[in-house]
Amino acid sequence: MTRYSLLSLARHALTGHRRWAPAWRDAAPKPAYDVVIVGGGGHGLATAHYLASRYGVTNVAVLEKGWIGGGNTARNTTIVRSNYLLDDSAFLYEHSLKLWEGLTAELDFNVMFSQRGVVSLAHSAHELTALRQRDRAMRLNGIDSEMLDLPALHRLAPALDLSPTARFPVTGASIQRRGGIARHDAVAWGFARAADRRGVDIVQNCAVTGLRIEKGRVTGVETTRGPIRAGKVGIAVAGHSGVLAAMAGLRLPIRSYTLQAFVSEPLKPVLDTVIVSNQVSCYVSQSDKGELVFGAARDNYASYSQRGSLPILEDCVANMLQLFPAFSRVGVLRGWGGTVDVSPDLSPIIAPLPVEGLFLNGGWGTGGFKATPGSGDVFAATIARGEPHPLAAPFGLDRFATGRLIDEAAAAGVSH
Amino acid sequence: MLLIPCPHCGPREEREFRCGGESHVARPASAEAPDDRAFAEYLYVRSNAKGVQAERWHHLYGCRRWFNLLRDTVTHEITAVYPMGAPRPESAA
Ligand SMILES: [Zn+2]
Repeated sequence: MTRYSLLSLARHALTGHRRWAPAWRDAAPKPAYDVVIVGGGGHGLATAHYLASRYGVTNVAVLEKGWIGGGNTARNTTIVRSNYLLDDSAFLYEHSLKLWEGLTAELDFNVMFSQRGVVSLAHSAHELTALRQRDRAMRLNGIDSEMLDLPALHRLAPALDLSPTARFPVTGASIQRRGGIARHDAVAWGFARAADRRGVDIVQNCAVTGLRIEKGRVTGVETTRGPIRAGKVGIAVAGHSGVLAAMAGLRLPIRSYTLQAFVSEPLKPVLDTVIVSNQVSCYVSQSDKGELVFGAARDNYASYSQRGSLPILEDCVANMLQLFPAFSRVGVLRGWGGTVDVSPDLSPIIAPLPVEGLFLNGGWGTGGFKATPGSGDVFAATIARGEPHPLAAPFGLDRFATGRLIDEAAAAGVSH
Repeated sequence: MLLIPCPHCGPREEREFRCGGESHVARPASAEAPDDRAFAEYLYVRSNAKGVQAERWHHLYGCRRWFNLLRDTVTHEITAVYPMGAPRPESAA
């Protein structure tokens, strides 16, 4: 496969751009692999890429029940940040953010990572104190963070209503300038292309229907395209983590809910940063196409429907219009819901399961997109070595019995 | 928008309710000599069914009473309503 370059672009211009090779092979499943990754979203594809590029495991298949990047990878608000309070989370998400910063070059695919800053708003003195605590914790961990006073915030986002009589008065804010947004499908396609180039088979329309387990050890998977033997199996299926675990007779500390988002019609540039308000459960950015991308809170009952509830949507719109009165005449084009796997402490689970050779990467809940490259790297290392990557070690299943939880309720975002 | 059939008030819109999670999660009997694994199971581990699930609902902005539902987590179809403490009915679906 040729690298993308100015030269290749010029060469293909001569033939009217009709002869570009597919970015990855649409592979048929082989009878056996060293590693099978279940789930062709960003996390699964990133895992396959790093298995092949960093850990020397190239006999790998990614099995996707639909099309790659068609699940939660396409059902989020693409925000990337590492502004977490606790050390374990900060190191994991910062590892990911550093990978984001080199990802376009590493993958030879433009993931359109735009470091336009992520702003967290405070609406009370107490929330401002909590923001300051998080700001200091991040800086102690060597992660960029700044507090913003109201004049600075006004210069950054003039459309934001900062008047003291606002329904939700803003008392202050923090910003992580290295945070931003990325192009969701480019992330899936870029990882797919890079993994494919190293020999990984990406198998679409291939749903896993069962796990083969012999004498406490996983030996393969049953799929809608026939059985596939595997030395190791990694599960990266987000909201369906519990469904896959049940195939191994396991139950997880995970609940699946719907998280929804929606976009407006395209507008001229009005907002060139990301604004997050935990207090009123909404967040907004403007995509490169000009659409305002809004995220809402998650529903409060279990769901695999991929449809969000209308009261949550209504609350998000009502609160957003208090923050940005100018958006009241903007038309909404479409919305979507994704099935998110929420763990009790709102932190992921990256761990071997109590079946030899079976590994789980799940529990990312409402904030998995930002972690895509870092998650893939530490999960690949965990699978390849058979023991947790140092950054993944605190995120094991045993923490729920030992009580060593990684409670990220404040930093995990608006939706919990 | 879900229409939730409160057994005391009749069908009301979902805004009036809070879901209290899965039903029939039993506290370990060994509270005198706590077993960490058993308590972790009780506190955190759930079936998280894709399909019919038994769950507790609270009519928070209504009669403020609790009850159980059998609800399909894919279609949201509600197939049974039954009192707290009653065993899970045979699922129709
Ligand atoms: Zn009632």
